[in-house]
Amino acid sequence: MVGWAIALHGGGGDIQLDYPDELRIPREIALRHCLDVGVSAFKSGKPPLDVVELVVRELENQPVFNAGKGSVLTAECTIEMEASIMDGKTKRCGAVSGLNTVVNPISLARLVMEKTPHVYLAFNAAEAFARAHGVETVETSHLITPENIQRLKQAKEFNRVQLDYTSPGPKAQGYHGESQTGTVGCVAVDSAGNLASATSTGGYVNKMAGRIGDSPIIGAGTYANHLCAVSATGQGEDIIRGTVARDVAALMEYKGLSLTEAAAYVIDQSVPKGSCGFIAVSANGEVTMPFNTNGMFRACATEDGYTEIGIWPKNQNH
Amino acid sequence: MVGWAIALHGGAGDIPIDLPENRRIPREIALRHCLDIGVAALKSGKPPLDVAELVVRELENHPDFNAGKGSVLTTEGTVEMEASIMDGKSKRCGAVSGLTTVVNPISLARLVMEKTPHIYLAFDAAEAFARAHGVETVESSHFITPENIARLNQAKEFNRVQLDYTAPTPKEPENCGDSQIGTVGCVAVDSAGNLASATSTGGYVNKMVGRIGDTPVIGAGTYANHLCAVSATGKGEEIIRGTVARDVAALMEFKGLSLAEAAAYAVDQSGPRGTCGLVAVSANGEVAMPFNTTGMFRACATEDGYNEVAIWPKN
Repeated sequence: MVGWAIALHGGGGDIQLDYPDELRIPREIALRHCLDVGVSAFKSGKPPLDVVELVVRELENQPVFNAGKGSVLTAECTIEMEASIMDGKTKRCGAVSGLNTVVNPISLARLVMEKTPHVYLAFNAAEAFARAHGVETVETSHLITPENIQRLKQAKEFNRVQLDYTSPGPKAQGYHGESQTGTVGCVAVDSAGNLASATSTGGYVNKMAGRIGDSPIIGAGTYANHLCAVSATGQGEDIIRGTVARDVAALMEYKGLSLTEAAAYVIDQSVPKGSCGFIAVSANGEVTMPFNTNGMFRACATEDGYTEIGIWPKNQNH
Repeated sequence: MVGWAIALHGGAGDIPIDLPENRRIPREIALRHCLDIGVAALKSGKPPLDVAELVVRELENHPDFNAGKGSVLTTEGTVEMEASIMDGKSKRCGAVSGLTTVVNPISLARLVMEKTPHIYLAFDAAEAFARAHGVETVESSHFITPENIARLNQAKEFNRVQLDYTAPTPKEPENCGDSQIGTVGCVAVDSAGNLASATSTGGYVNKMVGRIGDTPVIGAGTYANHLCAVSATGKGEEIIRGTVARDVAALMEFKGLSLAEAAAYAVDQSGPRGTCGLVAVSANGEVAMPFNTTGMFRACATEDGYNEVAIWPKN
């Protein structure tokens, strides 16, 4: 019998190797904490859908990751959060976009899935739906961190969103290259092969207000079916074009590839270099966490006791 | 050398065989008209992306289809339109949701693709973007037709959206069965194999305000790559779960199926009978228009002179 497996991420991007300790250590601690929350949930028998929601809530609550509290800011200095969740067995899913007061967007996405005949609600109506269901909301200012105000300033200064991504941006004073990391996510599978995926984000630094990325797009940032569960991070537009999360499963389903082969194929072929990373688990309890960016904040654990926390490729972790 | 091909749809759904002539004939005429426009555009050498946009603009302008003018109404009696467009060669795409005043949502989707670093803009910001770019807007009342006010009343009366879809819906009086029809779309390929897809809709009758369906979701309602271009219609939630448009291409790419096989498979797998239909063209100039609903308003033409306008299955 195969055991359970869980993987989570706090975003992939241009995370330089000289990342300062005062930024790196809190994130490693946060990843460890969220992994422990997920592992405990599994050990106590919670189904994968509950586990991924729980872990993503924890990641959203961590101000160092770009989701929930700590979300990056739009060009208008506002927050617009989005998220999606998918249950592999039933393929039921829920998604939300354009939230600015909901403390845990992933839970609102789940509520859309469970309490409406729809899959996706956005902006004012999504906020109203949250209030109608007594979901926890706060003043938007509670979700904004000084680091993100700083990131927005740097981005505006260098018009970073408008840059052609193939040309290197000038490095700003104190810029640590991780402002393009976005998104948190979790995938999980239990010993019976039930799969689930959840993804949440504040989006893109300096993005146009109203811009929707890959995180709430089923098949792009999130996907789960009877074969695997996937949560992606990186440049949202590339992930949408590459239908990343769906493609991992489609390669397994239609081409008979293993999880690892399917994941490697997608990272190499479906998205440009430097644009994407994702985590995935299969019905057989396998885990893969590929990325073609410099780094990806990630962690995983399997029932046999294996655990891992990482930022850079395995041969480069500190 | 293979020729060009074009296919378009005005929505799939429970279109009863006894649809009255006064509802059937205007739609057939509209389909023929839009097909002619698309064919003329391909013949004059317009690229498929322009052709798909052009044809969908025509379909949006037509009040008998659920997109642009003639969009179905939300539960609050408002219009919320969405659309997406994709270029197969480059895989560039654009999408918009939550529009209330933009006359041609598909053109705004294209503008997002071409004038921003993003793919998808929605609601207030999308409306503001339209104004900033001088895109044609009108009062929302322009899009609302008496038929759609009637549809909303019927739907509210029968709480149709809340029903379990496997339970039979009681037929309400004067139900012409077409209120679940959503979406218009067009796919096109030129003789060099360049593909494009475009889809546009008012969404779902009596939908929750702020509800987004499959139409602006790349990989669900719209998809195009180097192998095929697909535009889907039907129950948005099922099409999202089934990643229908992407699956047609993935089946060709990863499983080696032909366009016809891939399209049929994707429709079959999308959900129970009555869920979905699509139009698709391949780089080789083939056309497929499968549906598992009672009918789908559709039309297609290929360079060898074949053309077709239809609603129900061929037999």
